Amino acid sequence: MTISIDPQKTNNESLQPKGWLRYFSFSLDHKVIGIQYLVCGFLFYLIGGTLASAIRIELASPMSDFMPRDVYNQVLTLHGTIMIFLWIVPVVNGAFGNYLIPFYVGARDMAFPRLNAVAFWLIPPSGLMLVVSYFIEGAAQAGWTAYPPLSITTPQSGQIIWILSVLLLGGSSIFGGINFIATIIKLRRPGLKLMQLPMYCWAMLGTSLLVVLSTPVLAGTLILLSFDIIANTGFFNPVLGGNVVVYQHLFWFYSHPAVYIMVLPAFGLVSEILPIHARKPLFGYTTMVFSIMGIVVLGLVVWAHHMFTSGTPPWMRLFFTIATAFIAVPTGIKFFNWVATLWGGKISINSAMLFSCGFIINFVFGGITGVALAQVPFDIHVHDTYFVVAHFHYIVYGGTVFIIFSSIYHWFPKVTGKMLNEKLGILHFIITFIGFNLCFAPQHWLGLNGMPRRVAEYDPQFQFVNQISSLGALLMAISTIPFLINVFISARNGKDAGDNPWNALTPEWLTSSPPPVENWEGEAPLVEEPYGYGKEISEQK
Amino acid sequence: MTTLDSSKEIQKNNSEVNETHEDFRMFGLITFLIADGMTFAGFFAAYLTYKAVNPLPDGAIYELELPIPTLNTILLLVSSATFHKAGKALLKDKNSESQKWLFFTAFLGIIFLICQLFEYFHLPFGLTDNLFASTFYALTGFHGLHVTLGTLMILIISWQSRIKGGRLTSQNIFPLEAVELYWHFVDGIWVILFIILYLL
Amino acid sequence: MLNKNIYLILIISLVFAISFWIGFNVNLLPAEASINAPIYDELFKILFIIGLIIFIGMTIAVIYSLFKFRKRNDQIGDGIALEGNLSLEIVWTIIPSIIVLLIGLYSYNIYDRMGGMKELNHNHEMMSSNTEKIWAGISQTSGNEIAKNNLSIEVSAMQFAFLFNYPKGNFISGELHVPVDQKVSMKMESKDVIHAFWVPEFRIKQDIIPGQPTILNFTPTKVGKYPIICAELCGPYHGGMRASIIVEEESDYNDWFNKNKKPEVNL
Repeated sequence: MTISIDPQKTNNESLQPKGWLRYFSFSLDHKVIGIQYLVCGFLFYLIGGTLASAIRIELASPMSDFMPRDVYNQVLTLHGTIMIFLWIVPVVNGAFGNYLIPFYVGARDMAFPRLNAVAFWLIPPSGLMLVVSYFIEGAAQAGWTAYPPLSITTPQSGQIIWILSVLLLGGSSIFGGINFIATIIKLRRPGLKLMQLPMYCWAMLGTSLLVVLSTPVLAGTLILLSFDIIANTGFFNPVLGGNVVVYQHLFWFYSHPAVYIMVLPAFGLVSEILPIHARKPLFGYTTMVFSIMGIVVLGLVVWAHHMFTSGTPPWMRLFFTIATAFIAVPTGIKFFNWVATLWGGKISINSAMLFSCGFIINFVFGGITGVALAQVPFDIHVHDTYFVVAHFHYIVYGGTVFIIFSSIYHWFPKVTGKMLNEKLGILHFIITFIGFNLCFAPQHWLGLNGMPRRVAEYDPQFQFVNQISSLGALLMAISTIPFLINVFISARNGKDAGDNPWNALTPEWLTSSPPPVENWEGEAPLVEEPYGYGKEISEQK
Repeated sequence: MTTLDSSKEIQKNNSEVNETHEDFRMFGLITFLIADGMTFAGFFAAYLTYKAVNPLPDGAIYELELPIPTLNTILLLVSSATFHKAGKALLKDKNSESQKWLFFTAFLGIIFLICQLFEYFHLPFGLTDNLFASTFYALTGFHGLHVTLGTLMILIISWQSRIKGGRLTSQNIFPLEAVELYWHFVDGIWVILFIILYLL
Repeated sequence: MLNKNIYLILIISLVFAISFWIGFNVNLLPAEASINAPIYDELFKILFIIGLIIFIGMTIAVIYSLFKFRKRNDQIGDGIALEGNLSLEIVWTIIPSIIVLLIGLYSYNIYDRMGGMKELNHNHEMMSSNTEKIWAGISQTSGNEIAKNNLSIEVSAMQFAFLFNYPKGNFISGELHVPVDQKVSMKMESKDVIHAFWVPEFRIKQDIIPGQPTILNFTPTKVGKYPIICAELCGPYHGGMRASIIVEEESDYNDWFNKNKKPEVNL
């Protein structure tokens, strides 16, 4: 059977601008949208990184001397919001999801291309709005959690812009989630079974379920918060009889799953990268799928572990301890399976592999501190301290951002048809890994010994360790330089990659690099064994 | 191959499209409505928590009368039925009958909104009077917004279902089915809201 | 084959030995100055050791695989087509589940010993606030056990200071003075935004929430001056929102108390 290409759609495509201009257009091509997400996210990563550097400069000395105190609070709020809502969530979901999922399900595009483009184009304006709010009357300064009553009493314009921006980004995220669910469930190529899908599809399905179920609750909460700010209602304003803890429950009902929205796709991506570079099938496919779904289910019922020292009664503290600790089980299964995937392989030690292995080591560390933090008595001491800061940076930076870099090294040849320079890549990995650990490992000690988070000034006894941490941050800032040089040079003069430089079996490598507009020249290939490495040899025997 | 062909039947008539697949717009809509439902779930959860843990302050008034919301419940339930009638009529290519039912549904929606506003103006408390008052207005207001949107969409599709030159036909019934599903969803939310806000 | 197993056992015991050695000899925590602190440190030590075993084990496994199974230049083709192993999967599902469950039960025990599972109440002989709803906190006295000797203090937090009200002495202090080895019971309320009361040396923390009084009980065990730190972002001067808790011998405390005591005013 031959499938001819939809003529109407091709007409649409020919109306789209060609060359680099298409990246600034309302393109419906999932690959263009994916790259738009990635580049846009990376620009915000640079902004968020600059803000992080500002925080580390401020903390290099115990006094509040680098910037005014309220500016410091704005900087930390913007840093958190930008890194979460404009860098990690859009990139690890939007960018790689849009680029890869249609390939993996054997489709020519996402289920709803127009909705997809709308979802992307919500991001730049809301991001800009957020950044510009700093220059109007000051940005929001109640932290990315925006706990009332602080968020009600700080200057209003910044907080309102923050709410508006997060609402738009949440909308974008929900549209994206609907699109992914429909694409994975409904748009699969005929003959492709669910249990034959590459792991990233399962991760994105789980993530999108979380997005669809939890993001709307955040939206509702922020609408109520904005009423409190503008209309003088008292949902979360204790002066008017409101209840501030209800906000925290509703907020964390989204924001804990948000952690899984940030790491589950990374779990999926690493499951794609490891088998290819280790030349082995993914170990324990079925348990991997079940563990993703386990994480999704458990992820929805653990939110109150962020509130162990807040207004929560003892029984609640205990229930959420047990539930949270049990997330370690499906997560642990995934890590054991990845190590088993490496075991006995023929591993190419390249940048993608190194970043993935760095991810495993960092995330195991972050996961262990996570299990510790889930224990109420443990958390009571370190809650809202630098221990927590260190923990979640191990998860989202040491985990997800390492995988974003790994994925860029892995899929750059597919997107551009050129290889990235391996020497610069390994240099990038070494500086990032050392810088990252130097920056965040000492912060565990800071938290345990009495340094709360979100402070501009601290006890002078912590100065030395803070300076080590700042040095690590400096290394992390420097590490972007070889990466950027690498990308710009390789995109022009890199070695030609050919269609399938890694000899991979997943569907996106079975088309040309860069892929044609509708992904396949002819019919989409049916890949029943995306991880069938080593199979032919054993069959020959 | 047979399963593949049957899934392609749906859009066969759309001759210019050669490569088609199952129509999953409805699937997307259902996913969206689940998300929308979660927003309401958040509001309900907040309201119930307030009810459970925050006592009504001294002297605060939070009393609701039942007649108008009961009438409203009946209005919405009837409108769901009339909408269903409209869909059935359209499937039998009776466009004008379908249009009548749609107008009637929209009319019921408008009456609902008027009743709701009437209730707002006659309640003994205002938006910022107390916590429960605020939550009451937020919930009913958010629902009212959904009804307003739904009514507008019904008016649009009733215009589209006119006999000559309309886009809504028995072959292209998706817009009507989508709005119908949305309308049932809004009704369902109202029933839950009625139980939680007025009866509990 | 036998050889391989011996190496494996050797490495595993080495990992355990290193983890236990680090767990017992590296102290990451500040001084222990309340009866909660040793209990907390016991939990910390155990979590630290388990965490170290898992972390070192995983790191060795990853680095070893990278080294041992790296692709040599002359090699072509793929690795072995191992797709999974059900018994292995079951093992690494069940063992972590058991560990996690045991940790959970153990931390319940710790929390109970800290007084976390006690009914929340606040003993005030002076005030009639017994009927007031307490929303959260750590209590060490159960409802029936009314310790008359308890030192009751009312804490109010505001941007950006703590105030300590001694109802018995009818005075307010900016410094918290408490006698050593005596149970202190605090009722905390915030005047504006959310704050938190944290004494790292006591290993206790509780948010101070506007509109929702919380309580915190503790028993200091070591004379000294410790910082009270606000741990919840509360505004621009959040970093500067600190106070001191001074734990002193009972006689010193009584001197201080009598010096500040004000006669009760009968209205």
